[in-house]
Amino acid sequence: MIIATKKWFDDRPTMTVYQPAVTEKKWVRRALLSIALTFISACLILPLLMVLYEALRSGWDVYLASITEPDALAAIRLTLLVAAISVPLNLVFGVMASWAIAKFDFFGKRFLLTLIDLPFSVSPVIAGLVFILLFGTGGWFGDEMTAMGWQIVFAVPGIVLATLFVTFPFVARELIPLMQSQGTDEEEAARVLGASGWTIFTRVTLPNIKWGLLYGVILCNARAMGDFGAVSVVSGHIRGVTNTLPLHVEVVYNEYQFTAAFACASLLAFLAIITLIIKEIFYRNLQNQRVKS
Amino acid sequence: MTLRKMKAYSVLPGFSLSLGYTLFYLGLIVLLPISALVVKTMSLSWSEFWSVITDARVVASYKLTFGTALFAASVNLIFGSLVAWVLVRYQFKGKRIVDALIDLPFALPTAVAGIALVAIYGPNGPLGSVLLEWGIKVAYTPVGITLALIFIGFPFVVRTVQPILEDFEQELEEASAALGAGRWYTIRRVILPHLFPSMLTGFSLAFARGVGEYGSVIFIAGNIPMVSEITPLLIITKLEQYDYAGATAIACAMLLFSLLMLLVINGLQGWLERREKQFEGVMA
Repeated sequence: MIIATKKWFDDRPTMTVYQPAVTEKKWVRRALLSIALTFISACLILPLLMVLYEALRSGWDVYLASITEPDALAAIRLTLLVAAISVPLNLVFGVMASWAIAKFDFFGKRFLLTLIDLPFSVSPVIAGLVFILLFGTGGWFGDEMTAMGWQIVFAVPGIVLATLFVTFPFVARELIPLMQSQGTDEEEAARVLGASGWTIFTRVTLPNIKWGLLYGVILCNARAMGDFGAVSVVSGHIRGVTNTLPLHVEVVYNEYQFTAAFACASLLAFLAIITLIIKEIFYRNLQNQRVKS
Repeated sequence: MTLRKMKAYSVLPGFSLSLGYTLFYLGLIVLLPISALVVKTMSLSWSEFWSVITDARVVASYKLTFGTALFAASVNLIFGSLVAWVLVRYQFKGKRIVDALIDLPFALPTAVAGIALVAIYGPNGPLGSVLLEWGIKVAYTPVGITLALIFIGFPFVVRTVQPILEDFEQELEEASAALGAGRWYTIRRVILPHLFPSMLTGFSLAFARGVGEYGSVIFIAGNIPMVSEITPLLIITKLEQYDYAGATAIACAMLLFSLLMLLVINGLQGWLERREKQFEGVMA
């Protein structure tokens, strides 16, 4: 389609400018872009702004008071503790699993991959329920744990277990495709040159996967700190003791202390924003590394 | 058969250790707990199990959960593909920020999303009050649940379609245009069929996530039995009444559905990979 005919220079013949064949008409492009941006604004940006607005609505003093009251502080501490335990454990698992799956060929590999993905497709509520069935009263190990004086469910260990379950695949899911795409040549060369397994991992593999690893860790951490469904089932909602920050938000919200609830929620919203920024940086580094290799 | 014979030869060390640890940890954190659920369900007789999972209130919750998740996933299929298209093909200011924001629903804790949606769509909220004037009640109805699920499932379609669209060879479009096809015809007959497997994968992921979602939904759902009570909430309600058998039976039914979805998604991803390989073969 001819969209313009213009005189180029006085001494040159008339040039015809054609509509590029592989894009849409300008008004179509504008319309699609507006629809997409409107959808994103209404669906993603508005909720984020709403949290900040509601949190700061009653002023800065109320905001600070809401996030520094003892129960809120206890919730923040517990959230950090749970993430500090569960993220490293799933990190070690992720590295082990991706080493086994990406560097070796063995029978049943696809099935193993499916099992690793399982926690992603199970409802968080079920993830919490299974630990009640294991460690609750009348559960498989419930009576033994009680006899030994260990409280698992409605206590911190149960919260950690439920968090481990829901964040289980994150690191492995990032590392496996990355390590598969890198192959085994470099590791094999190191082996033939006499490097030990540990040296191969720390000096050859780790530098290659570090951005992918950190990318998985940051996603894992966001979910570990923010999980609601699974933790809600096993926590028992004991104020100041077994409430993580998301649960504290719910408790305070249900008591109609909306400003306090949104103040605590804003902390989690900041966590999300920081996660997105760090994720973007890691992702960019990962892409650069890919281009280089 | 020993472990060694079931794997191809490799000079690299650490296979037994890494696979052994992987299986041990997987068993401990995932498989043992899941098997507790299955075994506990088996302690029920078939008729008990059946009567629990076909109780009128439970069936109403399935209809609500699956219906809203299906609708939300469909909305995300359309808008997610559109956003992926815009992000890959068009240049605009702030594109990188928009691209990073897509993952917000993954990063934002679901409870926060839940209360934020009530603040927006509640009777006093900026959008909720407007919609209420038009006679549309959003909060505490299935409409609200759908909105929450649209939020939660949004990144799935975008993030599965985007890389496929980025790798798409524009020569095919040029060829199509050179052969006289209009733009809409090219999109419909050349581009869409190529994107279809990834769109379907994203749709299934969003649907599976929506069915199991709890945190963002319960605040806006209102949780009225038979009307706006989702299945995951029903499991929690049964647990709080110490009806462990009932909760387990419903959870087991949901788990079966999740496994089915997992198989479907894996099948779709396999299809996607094969299609990409075939496509590369054709182009080379």
